[in-house]
Amino acid sequence: MARKLPPVDALLVGFGWTGAIMAKELADAGLNVLALERGAWADTSRQFATTFAQDELRYYWRHDLFQAAAHDTQTVRNDASQVALPMRKLGSYLPGTNVGGAGVHWNGQTWRFLPSDFVARSHNLERYGAAALPESMSIQDWGITYDELEPHYDKFERVCGISGKAGNLRGQIQAGGNPFEGPRQSEYPNPPMAMSYPPTLFAEAARGLGLHPFPQPSANMSRPYVNPYGVRLQACTYCGFCEKFACGNYSKASAQTTILPVLMNKPNFRLRTECEVMKVNLDSSGKRAVSVTYVDAAGEEFEQPAEMIVLCSYILNNVRLMLLSGIGAPYDPQTGQGVVGKNYAYQITSSVNLFFDDKILNPFIGAGAHGMLVDEWNGDNFDHAGLGFIGGGFLGVVQTGARPIESHAVPEGTPKWGGAFKKAIAANYLKTMSIATHGAVMSHRGNFLDLDPTYRDVYGRPLLRMTFDFTDNEHRMSDYLTDRAADIARAMKPRELAINRRKGSWDVVPYQTTHNTGGAIMGSDPGTSAVNKYLQSWDVSNLFVMGASAFPQNPGYNPTGTVAALAYHSAAAITQRYLKAPGALA
Amino acid sequence: MDEPRLSRRRLLTAGAAIGAVPVATAAAAAALGGRDVPFTEGQANAPVAIEDTKGWTWFTEAEAAFVTAAVGRLIPADDLGPGAVEAGVPTFIDRQLAGPYGRGERWYMQGPWGPGTPTQGWQTRLTPAGMYRAAIRSADAVVARAGKAATFAKLAAADQDAFLKTLESGEATLDGVDAKAFFAQLLQNTLEGFWSDPIYGGNRDMVGWKLIGFPGARYDHSEFVARHGEKYPLPPVGLRGRIEWTRS
Repeated sequence: MARKLPPVDALLVGFGWTGAIMAKELADAGLNVLALERGAWADTSRQFATTFAQDELRYYWRHDLFQAAAHDTQTVRNDASQVALPMRKLGSYLPGTNVGGAGVHWNGQTWRFLPSDFVARSHNLERYGAAALPESMSIQDWGITYDELEPHYDKFERVCGISGKAGNLRGQIQAGGNPFEGPRQSEYPNPPMAMSYPPTLFAEAARGLGLHPFPQPSANMSRPYVNPYGVRLQACTYCGFCEKFACGNYSKASAQTTILPVLMNKPNFRLRTECEVMKVNLDSSGKRAVSVTYVDAAGEEFEQPAEMIVLCSYILNNVRLMLLSGIGAPYDPQTGQGVVGKNYAYQITSSVNLFFDDKILNPFIGAGAHGMLVDEWNGDNFDHAGLGFIGGGFLGVVQTGARPIESHAVPEGTPKWGGAFKKAIAANYLKTMSIATHGAVMSHRGNFLDLDPTYRDVYGRPLLRMTFDFTDNEHRMSDYLTDRAADIARAMKPRELAINRRKGSWDVVPYQTTHNTGGAIMGSDPGTSAVNKYLQSWDVSNLFVMGASAFPQNPGYNPTGTVAALAYHSAAAITQRYLKAPGALA
Repeated sequence: MDEPRLSRRRLLTAGAAIGAVPVATAAAAAALGGRDVPFTEGQANAPVAIEDTKGWTWFTEAEAAFVTAAVGRLIPADDLGPGAVEAGVPTFIDRQLAGPYGRGERWYMQGPWGPGTPTQGWQTRLTPAGMYRAAIRSADAVVARAGKAATFAKLAAADQDAFLKTLESGEATLDGVDAKAFFAQLLQNTLEGFWSDPIYGGNRDMVGWKLIGFPGARYDHSEFVARHGEKYPLPPVGLRGRIEWTRS
């Protein structure tokens, strides 16, 4: 029998980026806030100090910072005719665990989505007509506009100290920035990072082709920075252990380096770690969340009542908790009815390797978001007429640091082992670089999340089942981006190149990206979305669901900037309106 | 829609209650915040290094012979420098298999088990350590049946290469183990042992890093980031510093 605890004002489930953002905003508004995190406490000095942070084996290959599949994983399949099997070891995506979540090992690539991304359905219908959208493509408008989110993007960029160059300041295009971005009210809080050789070579070639390369917006500090809360971050040292790693140097924005130093001192905020929420409990009407049931590290079960509950876990766990708790109608792929689990999407990536004879590139120098990119082929920045797809992505050189167990590209035709491999890697390692493409995935009727009928987690609860594959739209789009990347690569005049297209069905084995989206999507219609523009459940108005689960489809950018902006937008609506008159906000 | 059920005033009242009433539960004791963040000086979660590199912890002598011979073909010693054997890769793999990785502690290992499609990934019931054990036993039996040598380790180098290729392609059939999956794991672990930090028993004298010019666990490249095209001048370092500082 669960022991019942005294109630709190606001209960947060999960304590990564959105948990920290929500906790700070709600605690500042005077609420008594409690966060429950299933992982352990984590901080820079103990878990990833500079004295041992640069360890490829431990952190990447042995998953020290990632969620253990043994504890909770997903079952996966490419289509509903297959039997889903568990992802027994992590591969394609790497969810985080512990305080800070995946925001500890993220790259720091911090984007705003395009204004047209938020109206993807109506915009594409208007420009290309109904024939451009296949019947099975279930993309929707977001129910929120870029302009509404702009101040919240700005706030997150200031909390993090994003390094970058504005491309559009209040409608004025700025040289050196991304000319395709939506209008910004202000310049980035920090200048762009210093550029290593590979991104610089890319930018020179792109410029020569008439493109508009710009420095990647980065949560790696280009100089020491003090954020609006008075928290200090240090200049990045380009050590190359950032993507998939935690920063030991306080140089990458994370909950730990931006918010927790002030939040943890607030008397009206408490955090309980190693406490896993089993389900959200509703009242007899099913329209109000009254508490959560959780299990602590000792295995004891508790009921924690709260006036308001915010799901702040990773998207896959947010959606699963909703399904386990009976919140919202589960999506049915046969009829297209129901909303929870609907429109699961991902991202599609490809690359082109370049091998030089005459250039020492020192590819080990890098940072998670240290690159030069072009955005000519993202979103609807280009005319898609006759191309057979919608959407796009950015491409360019992001020099994250070539750690050799992961990065040992050799020319095509080289054996994977033996003397020839050894000779090739010795000759090429310092003279190799890669152009990456990072593309959108539209939502499709057959891609969805639900509860697995067979496999269980350590508590005996059903695992989340992921049914997903790339469609023709994604493959055509990714091939198009890859061809553009190859054009630029050729202009760089390498000795040779190798083109790595994304072929065939989605494969859970090779790492691709931890940009899972959808399943609890936002919108303006309760019949087709799970949450409103404030990320408030349509069905249970004192429940809010943060994260990329709200994306109706996945645009061609990294998600964290938008995830955070949506959280700040939600927090503002809660503190300014909901607390005065609790109930549905939209 | 719902009746408004809570006011800001009520919220604050509810908050005051939890602050005022001490709750003597395990949960309350685990709660963090308000200056009781669990920081203990000197309690860093440092990596666990392999201190004793002699002998075998998991492998039998026969398994050690197989792995030593195999990794010596995957990354051979040649005129470019030491290979996987000289780098200590067999010791690295042995210690990895004896630990949490070898036991598959982080992997989802509940049934039911099914072969699945290739895109569904690893579906064997074997742990990494169990896979080595089963695969090597069977591989040596396959070699013995072919008649050129009693075990894989005793084959001539060219024959070893030919046999490894049959594992890599899946042409070889092993009892209870997918040959391709085993080869992929062996190759991955070999690269790990060649290029991971020397504290884990491989990459001895940082030979893997020196071969390619990787400077290792360096903390600060800011001096070099904008010096385009220059050869990086500093020797590699590991988590315990430079080779000459740590060699016993």
